Amino acid sequence: METLLGDLGFIIGTTLMYSTPLIFTALGGVITERSGVVNIGLEGMMYFGAFVGAAAAYFFQDPWVGFICAGLGGGLLGLIHAIACVSFSAEQIVSGIAINFLGPGAALFISRMLFDGATQTLSIPNKIPLPLNFLFGEGKMFASSGFMDLVFNRFATVYIAFFMVFLVWFVLYKTKIGMRVQAVGENPEAANTLGINVTKIRYGAVILSGFFAGLGGAALSIAVVSRFSNTLISGHGFIALAAMIFGKWKPQGALLACLLFGAAKGLEIFLGAKGVPVPGDILAMLPYILTIVILVGVVGKTTPPAAIGKIFNKGDH
Amino acid sequence: MRMSVQRLKELFFKGSLGLTIISVFLGFLVGALVLLVAGFNPVEAYWAILKGIFSKPKYMAYVIIYSTPLIITGLSVAFALRTGLFNIGAEGQYVVGAIVAATAGYFFHLPMGLHIIVCILLAAFAAALWGGIAGLIKAKFGVHEVISTIMLNWIAFYLSNWTITLKAFGKQGTGKSFIIQETARIDLFGQWKITEPGLEFIRSHPFLGDILKTPVNIGIIIAILLAILMWYTLNKTTLGYELRAVGYNPHAAEYGGINVKKSIITSMFISGGLAGTAGALQVMGVSHRIAKLAVMEGYGFDGIAVSLIGNNTGAGSVLGGMLFGALKYGGSKIQDAINAPTEVINIMVGTIILFIAMPSLIRLLLEFKKDK
Repeated sequence: METLLGDLGFIIGTTLMYSTPLIFTALGGVITERSGVVNIGLEGMMYFGAFVGAAAAYFFQDPWVGFICAGLGGGLLGLIHAIACVSFSAEQIVSGIAINFLGPGAALFISRMLFDGATQTLSIPNKIPLPLNFLFGEGKMFASSGFMDLVFNRFATVYIAFFMVFLVWFVLYKTKIGMRVQAVGENPEAANTLGINVTKIRYGAVILSGFFAGLGGAALSIAVVSRFSNTLISGHGFIALAAMIFGKWKPQGALLACLLFGAAKGLEIFLGAKGVPVPGDILAMLPYILTIVILVGVVGKTTPPAAIGKIFNKGDH
Repeated sequence: MRMSVQRLKELFFKGSLGLTIISVFLGFLVGALVLLVAGFNPVEAYWAILKGIFSKPKYMAYVIIYSTPLIITGLSVAFALRTGLFNIGAEGQYVVGAIVAATAGYFFHLPMGLHIIVCILLAAFAAALWGGIAGLIKAKFGVHEVISTIMLNWIAFYLSNWTITLKAFGKQGTGKSFIIQETARIDLFGQWKITEPGLEFIRSHPFLGDILKTPVNIGIIIAILLAILMWYTLNKTTLGYELRAVGYNPHAAEYGGINVKKSIITSMFISGGLAGTAGALQVMGVSHRIAKLAVMEGYGFDGIAVSLIGNNTGAGSVLGGMLFGALKYGGSKIQDAINAPTEVINIMVGTIILFIAMPSLIRLLLEFKKDK
């Protein structure tokens, strides 16, 4: 019983840890797409954020400075995407593809400049703290490596991610600004007629999506591991994008989808550690197969925000 | 004469050619600025890239070798885009093609020639089915192809890594599959190169010998043939007309009696087959096996860039692929030459695509110039 509970705690804990970067990034996806702008560049923004976060955490020796800088770095790429898509009516998917070249390109370019030609940063001195250890001292709140410890004694980023899900849900559904974002995503012409500034809303949403994707990258590079490397992100941004759609463009839905992807990873690590003879590669495939099955069975009929990907020119109306 | 100049101007200012050329130019400009800000001399850097491409026959051969898979994945993406589909899945279809070519190349024992054809056809067919899945679930269930192909990319990725762990197919613990049979290779003079007369020839003919030192293969010829085939299919056949009609306006196409669902599946099938051929040729001509992937290799994603630079046409993909291949190979030289990060190439390519995405900005710049 003891070990069973311990195993369960381990799986839940790893699930939470690996879901967190996806949750931040998927929330970014929700925000931008609800305003009607497709952002396939989440991957590049996450990549850049992971690098900026680790580099800033290394030079300032403070993970929180790194975390914020990661958001700003992602936001900068968001700004480029917004300028292209909102001001110059760019093809949104194509602009996103461009971001996916620019983000990693810029990250590795600067990394080589700052870290002696290496495509990875040096190890950061302090990772994002575990708040329970920070507040109560190590092993004081829950017995070390017990179920409660494994599940709840997690990096601060995990708690922040869950809070952000609530915050984005609250803002999107319960505030005036959130209603405006939704209106712009559903029918920009009508929103414009009602006096909502479509351009401003979309700029804000796209930049914020970059900010969140940057945080997602940092949640990997300065919490899950303690450095950025060129193979760290490898597709997490795309998975977050899928999670957002899987979650029907809703923050709470995206959360569940991210937890599912995280659980697959947690299970893979657990079975690997136990030496269970299940091929890791096959196990790693499962969440993607499952996603397709679910998309075919359930989600296929849901519809994205009505005006998604459509270019809005104020002058035309 | 004046008329034709007028037409040229029209094409340049209103059409896509000018847009592409200006975007490429701006990409190089931004690349230069980035290098300048980082403290490098951009002239030196671009000179190093140029030298890295043209200064030796070997280098030029490598550019062609680098370009071959990019041209074909470019064709794959272009074909889908022309028919209104965004095939992000070229990456996974490429991987599936590579797996099948490596398997058929290792396990089958067939005569020279036939073995090559069997490998390419099987690889293309498997990858076509892989792409076709995305087409099928879009047609039947309305799942957007961008999402399904992202998933299929990762499934292919892990599938590839899994096959290598099988005892029959991969050397245990090396993370590599067994080498394919000689009859399945498409290298030019691959066997003869390592014989005594072959080595003698390489020594005594500096130009051709230098080229033969590279894994030069017939892939580029197949790539160009595929580009011509794609142009012909899209522009000269009923099938191509129907597919393009669906891409242009699915509702109108449906009204006109075209089976839109069938077109979507067909288009993804063909697009997948093209990407799979790229993977097969890379295995049969260059790597001769597959190896454990740590990250996505990016041939499919690069293919998106190639297609966009080439305005989603066959000829454009050939040129775009050559440009991208040259930049990738030549760009790797600036690290040694002036110690500048080679990733400036990614920034340049990203910038080019960003500007290609914004025709209205480029037109604005052109208008501004004309007004002055």
